[in-house]
Amino acid sequence: MNAKYRRLFITIIIILTLGLATKLILMALEDNIVYFYTPNDLIEKFGDTKNIQNKIRIGGLVLESSIKKEGEKTIFMITDRKKEVKVVFKGPLPDLFREGQGIVAEGMFQNNNFIASEVLAKHDENYMPPEVADALKKNNVWKGDSN
Amino acid sequence: MFDWLANPNRFNRITEKIQPCILVITIITLISGLYFGLFDSPKDYQQGDAVRIMYVHVPSAWLASFLYFSLAISCVFYLVWKHPLADLVSSTIAPIGMLFSVLTLVTGSLWGKPMWGTWWVWDARLTSMLVLFFFYLGYILLSNAFERKIDGSKTASVLAIVGLINLPIVKFSVDWWHTLHQPASIIKIGGPSIDDKMLLPLILMIFALSFFSLYMIILNVKTKLIEKKCEALLLKSNLEKYRKQVKI
Repeated sequence: MNAKYRRLFITIIIILTLGLATKLILMALEDNIVYFYTPNDLIEKFGDTKNIQNKIRIGGLVLESSIKKEGEKTIFMITDRKKEVKVVFKGPLPDLFREGQGIVAEGMFQNNNFIASEVLAKHDENYMPPEVADALKKNNVWKGDSN
Repeated sequence: MFDWLANPNRFNRITEKIQPCILVITIITLISGLYFGLFDSPKDYQQGDAVRIMYVHVPSAWLASFLYFSLAISCVFYLVWKHPLADLVSSTIAPIGMLFSVLTLVTGSLWGKPMWGTWWVWDARLTSMLVLFFFYLGYILLSNAFERKIDGSKTASVLAIVGLINLPIVKFSVDWWHTLHQPASIIKIGGPSIDDKMLLPLILMIFALSFFSLYMIILNVKTKLIEKKCEALLLKSNLEKYRKQVKI
């Protein structure tokens, strides 16, 4: 084997080894990389919300007709269409916050209620003009708001 | 084959012809892309006019990733085939790629504030994009950090190749983990989930930025080739002077 191909061979081996190492590291760190849990993930992982002492983030959709205002507080449910979590939040909500919207809330659990310190909107990967969105909703082929 | 491509004279001759074409394509796609993006495309049903940030943000992100891939491939050529032109190309790609990674982060941040409600979050997509920026920065700093240019080029090339591993993480981070950043809209199973009228300016802008990068790379490589020639000529004339002095 001449020197060129030996160098090429070594380069490829290094890339493959580092790639494998990175994959293992990322797998081990999965809990730190995931930005939020869905309500169903939480139950599967922790069993009960009482077991969660730390600050965490929950992501899901704002359950339809669950939004209530009590003074400065906003109370609503986050759902992943399997499980729900009740969220209490005091502060300004993002513009996109509405029923059926994907959101991420950061905070801690207190007696089964999730006291959020921050609420972020998560928009989905569908981009379309308002007329198209209206037409889709009218014809019942709406697939948006599912993320 | 690579020797054929890497001959500086041939490189100059070929690029002399295609350079004006590239410039014309850049200008046409940039102007039409900006026109469609800013004026003649619909608002988004959720995001309104803020969606127009996409026409700069997404092409920048693609270019930042694609240029990094090119950088790493060029570094492989340099390390394996030891061709000096490959090193010239790498050192030219790096600052342009870094510019696009900065543009991605800045426009993303400007888009994130009104839509998500935050300038920055440490989710997998945003963090891996920041890491991409640091790889560019690392490459540039490292290649200039040695007294002998060749040591810098070699060390920085190794770093660039290691950074290749970050690219699939940037691309697939939104599929592998829950992130605040939304998943892919254009290249995905089942076709793009973006309206055709919005897709048009996006594609135009991707072409515009690609051809702009190509133009800048050719221009830069040419300049560096001339610089090298000047250095060689200077060295030659100094040598002749020295010889004359020794004879006397």
